[in-house]
Amino acid sequence: MVDRRHFIKNIAGSLAALGGLSLLQRSGLAAASEIPIMDALPGKEALIKQTFRPPNYETPINVFDAPFTPNNRFFVRYHNAVIPEVNAGKWRLHIGGEAARTPLEFTLEQLRKVFEQVEIPALCLCSGNRRAAFEPPAPGLQWGSGAMGNALWRGVRLKDVLEKAGIDPSALEVSLAGSDSGVLPTTPDFVKSLPLTKALDENTLIAFEMNGEPLPHWNGFPARLIVPGWTATYWMKHLTAIHVISKPLDDFWMKTAYRIPKDRFPSGQFSSQKTETHMPITEILVNSLITNLVDGQTLPKSKPIEIKGVAWDGGDGIARVEVSTDGGFNWKQATLKQDYGRFSWRQWQLVFAPKHPGQYPIMVRATSHSGISQPLEPIPNPSGYHHNAVQKITVKAV
Amino acid sequence: MRTLILLLSFFAATATAGENQIFLKERPGKNQVVAQCAICHSLDYITQHASVLDRAGWEKTVSKMINVMGAPINDADKQIIIDYLAQNYGK
Repeated sequence: MVDRRHFIKNIAGSLAALGGLSLLQRSGLAAASEIPIMDALPGKEALIKQTFRPPNYETPINVFDAPFTPNNRFFVRYHNAVIPEVNAGKWRLHIGGEAARTPLEFTLEQLRKVFEQVEIPALCLCSGNRRAAFEPPAPGLQWGSGAMGNALWRGVRLKDVLEKAGIDPSALEVSLAGSDSGVLPTTPDFVKSLPLTKALDENTLIAFEMNGEPLPHWNGFPARLIVPGWTATYWMKHLTAIHVISKPLDDFWMKTAYRIPKDRFPSGQFSSQKTETHMPITEILVNSLITNLVDGQTLPKSKPIEIKGVAWDGGDGIARVEVSTDGGFNWKQATLKQDYGRFSWRQWQLVFAPKHPGQYPIMVRATSHSGISQPLEPIPNPSGYHHNAVQKITVKAV
Repeated sequence: MRTLILLLSFFAATATAGENQIFLKERPGKNQVVAQCAICHSLDYITQHASVLDRAGWEKTVSKMINVMGAPINDADKQIIIDYLAQNYGK
């Protein structure tokens, strides 16, 4: 695998030197349009392509009209372009770091046999989901609302694995590395860390199954981290090494990227990575989405329809969802469907029968069990994370 | 030439067919942009930031690619790339 990776790196370098990419550029058709491109990665159904390489694909929102998001429609997000196909038989997970007492190594079979297996329904949500809705625009992938998915994750507790290795009292954070890497040897790997308390949370898993099947390649085969309630930046795919460390992880992905202004968000703290002004993004904020209607849609008047959607937060659970069909003057409580657990999203529905022809501005607002509701405007932050403003679409009854 | 064809077919295989259909504006500096930026990522990273980044934003982004992501771009090419992106894909 390492050989192949280096081979690709060398090839890319040689191509650049030969001007091969320029040659490819001159050889083809007209300029790409701004219309969203639907494209299917190997093993996936068509998704909305954001970028080809590294692969970044979001799920069309009508797919969310189901409690769990199918594996072959689940969104894909990578920072680096070299993504080796992992051979499960040869795969090893290394546990180490200066604050782990005994370095250990596990095969997939050993992980399955040695530790208790648990299953957790949880929403995997990209920190930058809905970034394209920020005004002014925020730099970063211009995600719509589809960089998320709800799945049933099966694996073993990270806590159990770390305790097997033994945790030194000096332990502060747990770092996570996966097998994907950049094209050039000079590009830093994507490595993240969690505070020790979150790593030892009983819900934090090393998962090898998703919705009853092995993880798809593009979602982290053969094992990825599941951090229910926290945004997906910590959900490391293709796990290779987990280190218990006694100093804050000092890399671009912790110190510069995925950070939000301190004290502006109603989310938890990550004290070892906090500065005077900033902190890492952590808990998912309360949020909701209409999944069966789009802005500008036309509906027949007097015919009742169900407005359907999903609502979620970082683990308190959804207490209620309210829908307005008159631009926010009056709100009606939607019916919440089955509760799959506090880390899963919750489906909801409300019957709507437009009486007269005309425009109907529809808004939806979720409130968590801790009493926190969605704001009307997103909380400003330079990188465009955590967009959880009340959604507003307008439908036309004719 | 045979080596180049082999390399190109390998590139096409690893880079996915779709990204070869992304074309940047034919303006001075495009060759440097394609040669350097597409080593590591598809060029839709550029087109999707057209309404997002102004000149200062493109400067910051190109500097990040060099200083953080390890792109081996010399100072002369850096300026050409920033000018191309700001003029053709600037907000």
